[in-house]
Amino acid sequence: MKITELFERGEFVVSAEVGPPKGFHVEHLLEEAKTYLSGITAVNVTDNQSSVMRLGSLPMCKALKDEGLTPIYQLTCRDRNRIALQSDLLGAAMFGIENLLLLTGDHTKMGDHPQAKPVFDLDSVSLIHTVKQLESGVDLGGNPLIGEPPSFAKGAVVSPCSDSVDAQLAKMERKVRAGADYFQTQAVFEPEKFIKFMEKAKQFGKPVQVGIIIPKSAGMAKFMNNNVAGIHVPDEMIEELKKDKEKTKAGITGVEIAARIIKECKPYCQGVHIMALGWESKVPDLLKLAGI
Amino acid sequence: MLITELKPREAIAQLTEGKKVFIINCHGCKEVYFPEKAAEELQKDLAAEGALTGSITTDYICNQENMELRLSVHKSEIEAADVILVLSCGVGVQTVASYLEDKKVCAACDTCRLPGFQGVTPLEYKCDQCGECYLNLTGGICPITACSKSLVNGQCGGAKNGKCEVDGEMECGWERIYRRLEELGRLDVLKCPTQVRNFATDEEVSK
Repeated sequence: MKITELFERGEFVVSAEVGPPKGFHVEHLLEEAKTYLSGITAVNVTDNQSSVMRLGSLPMCKALKDEGLTPIYQLTCRDRNRIALQSDLLGAAMFGIENLLLLTGDHTKMGDHPQAKPVFDLDSVSLIHTVKQLESGVDLGGNPLIGEPPSFAKGAVVSPCSDSVDAQLAKMERKVRAGADYFQTQAVFEPEKFIKFMEKAKQFGKPVQVGIIIPKSAGMAKFMNNNVAGIHVPDEMIEELKKDKEKTKAGITGVEIAARIIKECKPYCQGVHIMALGWESKVPDLLKLAGI
Repeated sequence: MLITELKPREAIAQLTEGKKVFIINCHGCKEVYFPEKAAEELQKDLAAEGALTGSITTDYICNQENMELRLSVHKSEIEAADVILVLSCGVGVQTVASYLEDKKVCAACDTCRLPGFQGVTPLEYKCDQCGECYLNLTGGICPITACSKSLVNGQCGGAKNGKCEVDGEMECGWERIYRRLEELGRLDVLKCPTQVRNFATDEEVSK
């Protein structure tokens, strides 16, 4: 099922993200996904997230699909040229994977193989263009595909709380023009910035899922402020997290904060995308608290 | 060593159509091959259309002081022009674009690599000699050399406080491009068709 069909029906679409392991034993991940994420619309599978080598996104998507979940296949331009990307996209179509999230990808220097050659033959925009081209029955080289062409829900990302939000909006527009069907955002901790962003982004007429990270601790929040682009956790939120006695409340404060952000952003967007970063078990509580 | 090749005439026509043009030819350093004949024809045609406000043929426009000195005697002609068409390698175009910051400075050439020789001019701006010059879509700032990922369709989400995710000392090239286009009132350039790089024009990659 394409998640775009749900947006069209006016449903508030909930997705969450899982990262494949550095290894090929996926039983634990599948068990967690079935236990905590089977109630939501779709599950994103990251593609060598943060440029750290792991099990591939495509086989993990297939395994999740076999368990009855709806995967969103994340695909970056860091590790593959246009031939490999198109080839993998056809592979996804063969497996019946219909949802994509198309990204440029972090630079190789950010990860655990900094010696690797960064590819970036295509980028997020030209990758969306490439998928669109495949859907028309022709590859990027202009050669016809054999048989019925593939059809995907083409997702893209945008960073609404970035310090260069106008440049982000310009890039978002390029993605829309290239053929993006829906957007997931970088994690939002400042709903007022997100709401302002949505006032401008709504002109593009594409559904947007607000990105949510559950802040696990004050330390994590500070780390993100110093190191993660497009994320700023306000001081009052960090204070709130400091007061959280981890032993007794086990991260409940973070879940409460995330639920509050969802509630504040919900009237302005068409869905939520949760990056649980290992806290998949808290997703059901978070959604309940957020009233979804 | 490098070769500068005139862009297709249709591509140049898109830049100059209905505009007053000032031409800068850089016959360059001795390492460069310059498309002299094609450049002459272009200039003749623009003059015949009455579009030319003036022109200059010089060398080393990549040397900022030299370039400023040479251009200083053409101030009124440059002032009268809507477009400054630069026939040089990518470094020359970037040097002129940063100097004439309120002018639409365009590259009329693609810069290709000719392996086996090294240029010797120490320069502030970089040209990767990729054979497919993007400077006309980016306000005269090269996205191939100013962006760690050499992105040609806009910034990634990796810049923090204006700095690149790869190098905290390096300004995000695409934020610079966005600001420059904003200052020039040319943000509409970002609405250009999706760019797909052609690595077949890049000697280093394709050979």
